Amino acid sequence: MSRWIPLWLHKLGSPPIFYRFAGALRPWFLGLALIAGAVALYGGLVLAPADYQQGDAYRIIFIHVPSAWMGLFVYGVMAVASFIALVWRIKLAEAVAMESAPIGAAFTFITLVTGSLWGKPMWGTWWTWDARLTSELVLLFLYLGVIGLYHAFEDRRQGARAAAFLAIVGIINVPIVHFSVNWWNTLHQGSTVRILGPSKISGDMLWPLLTMMVATKLYYVASLFGRVRADLLELEGGKDWVRRIATGEVVPGEQA
Amino acid sequence: MSQFLAMGGYAAYVWPAYAVFFVVLFADFIAPLLRRRRNLRELRARLARQSARQQRTAAPPVTP
Repeated sequence: MSRWIPLWLHKLGSPPIFYRFAGALRPWFLGLALIAGAVALYGGLVLAPADYQQGDAYRIIFIHVPSAWMGLFVYGVMAVASFIALVWRIKLAEAVAMESAPIGAAFTFITLVTGSLWGKPMWGTWWTWDARLTSELVLLFLYLGVIGLYHAFEDRRQGARAAAFLAIVGIINVPIVHFSVNWWNTLHQGSTVRILGPSKISGDMLWPLLTMMVATKLYYVASLFGRVRADLLELEGGKDWVRRIATGEVVPGEQA
Repeated sequence: MSQFLAMGGYAAYVWPAYAVFFVVLFADFIAPLLRRRRNLRELRARLARQSARQQRTAAPPVTP
């Protein structure tokens, strides 16, 4: 590996070291995610006022929008990790890419279901084939395709390479999902929260939304660490460090 | 409290949405933990079989 990569980062790519690192940090990420999530829920369900048009139905936004953001964010992480895995053949990058897919699929599924539950009272329909909804469904199918392709091969690393390729090709759908509300005439409303320019939402609704966004990001890291740890144990099943964990020879600083 | 639960008449949409959010994420979080435990158990069984086989070959049964 090149010399400009710091040594600690290089070491972190080693499965036993990452296993321990992820195991130590995972409870912190999970704890912070739960705290941020609880604060966001209190702010969103109790403190925030009802919407002047949508009444209390708009409160679905506090899980729908953060989940939608995560569906796209996780896809980005998966595609970058896939690229690293294909170019440098790093085992850890493969694990990160392949274990991101189920989490992204979960968030995309939540987005579709909560959107449907929001659409019924507000639009009068559970589903419509417009640009935003259709591209989001394609996103879910891309995730499922990556998961399916990964498991379709006898050799896991070969499956990971094939699925990584699909993940990279599918990145084209991410900007389509994001800009679909601008490019096409759609039933779905435009972006409420904008990085450039003022957001179209009042402050007492905005802060629970952003807090929930932070909570889902933290949750993603916690879930990813748990998944990658399980994956590394499978990939390295014959290695000495995995045997030591299996037989209970616990290394200092390591929890079972 | 009941006013809060009623969600201004939209309870049938708001609460299922939140339920889906939590159930799906809970399942997402639990699945790898169960998978990890199962794998470690299988690995332990394999190691036990291996060492049993090694012991058998190392000390062949003495024929009378």
